[in-house]
Amino acid sequence: MTGAEFLPFKLDKFCIVYYIMYMRIERVYLDNAATTKCDERVVDAMLPFFTDRYAVASSQFSHSPGIEAKESLDNARRIIAERMEAEQEEVIFTSGATEANNHALKGIARAQKSKGNHIITTAVEHRSIIESLKSLEKEGFEVTKLPVTSEGFVSPEALKRAIRKETILVSVQHVNQETGTIQDIESFGKICKAKNVLFHTDAALSFGRIPIDVRRYNIDLLSLTAHKIHGPKGVGALYVRDGIDMAKWMEGGFNEFNRRAGTENIPGIIGFAKAVELIEPDEIGYIAQLKERLFDGIKKRLDAVRLNGSIKGGIPTILNLTFRFIEGESVLLHLDMRGIAVLTGSACFSRSLEPSYILTAMGLSHEEAHGSIRFSFSRFNTEEEIDYTIDAACDVVKKLRKISPITPDK
Amino acid sequence: MPFPYSEKVLEYFKHPKNVGRIKNPDARATEGSPACGDMVTLYLRVDKKTKRITDIKFESYGCASNIATASIITEMAKGKTIEEAKKITWDNAADELGGLPPVKIHCSVLAVDVLRAAIENYEEKHGLIKKKVKTTKEIVLKRLKHVMNPILGRDIVKTDIVKAVDIKNGLLGVFIDLPREHQFANNIEQEVRERLETLWDIKKVVIKFEEK
Repeated sequence: MTGAEFLPFKLDKFCIVYYIMYMRIERVYLDNAATTKCDERVVDAMLPFFTDRYAVASSQFSHSPGIEAKESLDNARRIIAERMEAEQEEVIFTSGATEANNHALKGIARAQKSKGNHIITTAVEHRSIIESLKSLEKEGFEVTKLPVTSEGFVSPEALKRAIRKETILVSVQHVNQETGTIQDIESFGKICKAKNVLFHTDAALSFGRIPIDVRRYNIDLLSLTAHKIHGPKGVGALYVRDGIDMAKWMEGGFNEFNRRAGTENIPGIIGFAKAVELIEPDEIGYIAQLKERLFDGIKKRLDAVRLNGSIKGGIPTILNLTFRFIEGESVLLHLDMRGIAVLTGSACFSRSLEPSYILTAMGLSHEEAHGSIRFSFSRFNTEEEIDYTIDAACDVVKKLRKISPITPDK
Repeated sequence: MPFPYSEKVLEYFKHPKNVGRIKNPDARATEGSPACGDMVTLYLRVDKKTKRITDIKFESYGCASNIATASIITEMAKGKTIEEAKKITWDNAADELGGLPPVKIHCSVLAVDVLRAAIENYEEKHGLIKKKVKTTKEIVLKRLKHVMNPILGRDIVKTDIVKAVDIKNGLLGVFIDLPREHQFANNIEQEVRERLETLWDIKKVVIKFEEK
């Protein structure tokens, strides 16, 4: 991984660290839940749409380049729709999952205000959900946030109890971005259908990783993004089940079935579809192995490590651990100096200087949240990288525990 | 390097000096807590006659700026008399370190405070301290000068967001001129609380923010 094995002399651990730090040969990128590397094959697929096939996707009575662009756009839409068993006309391209989340909530709430003013969500949603709902509260909507268990699960029973006759919408994420906990959206969909309430799920972290069937799961709205599955940044989609009454959210032309105006980002959309096509069926199994290897390696060598999330009910791409008695930003910085990129839920790292609201909602103490590190994987990670990370993480944690005043029995 | 820290901060973070504990120290103090994200414990050995700090060690649960500041403070204090060491300010430490990012200053202030607290602990133990004083507005403001305004990286008194301080029958009210929903409001509230709740004659601290 470092390229060191090809050198004519033997390098010790320190040299490898030096090698990575200063030669910048390669980095170990374990922040794939934030974003992923855009696959080169995705970039290749996108390029002609910048300089060659750049026409606007237009009506069937347009010039040939416009009709060809429309065909490419429709083809991309079909690929993405098929991945979740949706119809083409139900997929509306957006600038990403944040836009999709904003408009799923605001679009439904504003269009269906006459039916009721109550919306249900959870305590661990993405900020684009939380902030959108804050806006809606100012407009007179009431929001119920369902609590989560210590592993991050929302109980279907709690949802059942929370639904009232004014409830118009339920929004529960499919997979949590910090802990990887997978929600039982099939149950939630069933409950919502039985109670005649619309169901939205944010699938930014799950799409392409675990199967989604919008028909079987009774999903009415679903948010997607391209950049978490090796697609480009700035592209996503909102699935809106056929027949749902929703306010148009970008006014202008008739693009995207008259739901969102504006010239489509065709290169981005082509890249999104290519990224979806490139996902191999056995990819998730490979990633699961990497996660297990890292977790086992660390558990074997360190005490007082807490898994934040669920081993059985978590997505293979995310491993969130708390190293007790130390603070996460220090761990992050030490790992970064060794070429490894991770994320922490520590307050010192966050822009609000508060620990992760997701971990605290799961009942972690502030200390446990401060000491949390999220490792997240992709198909581009290797076993060698994982082994290198185990060594580095154990070394850094031991070093920081040694200087911490709260480490017991030093 | 693309880090927000100076080379010197990173160097001290990687290789902190004077780390560890002193057995049977002449004084010790702890500032902060794991809950608030930073905690430093400092141990002192002081020569009885000369009042000179002969040995000093620290332990840190904290981020890079906390570890680096604690480390440099121990180096600056070692060999000084306790009167000299008391005069070391946060600015001195930050200058030594080549500056700190504004948002990280609150973590490093803790490391300076712990030195003062350890010296106070020494003075208390060795009968060098005066009587307990009644809490006044001035005392409160002095303490609040240790709470950072992360927006500007200076303390909340200097940046003029402490608008009122009321003390009545053990009840202490502080008004902070920031909207309740501000990104740093919770952080500032917690730090203000930690600074003021230890005042011996204060039973309750009430912190108010600007309401819309």
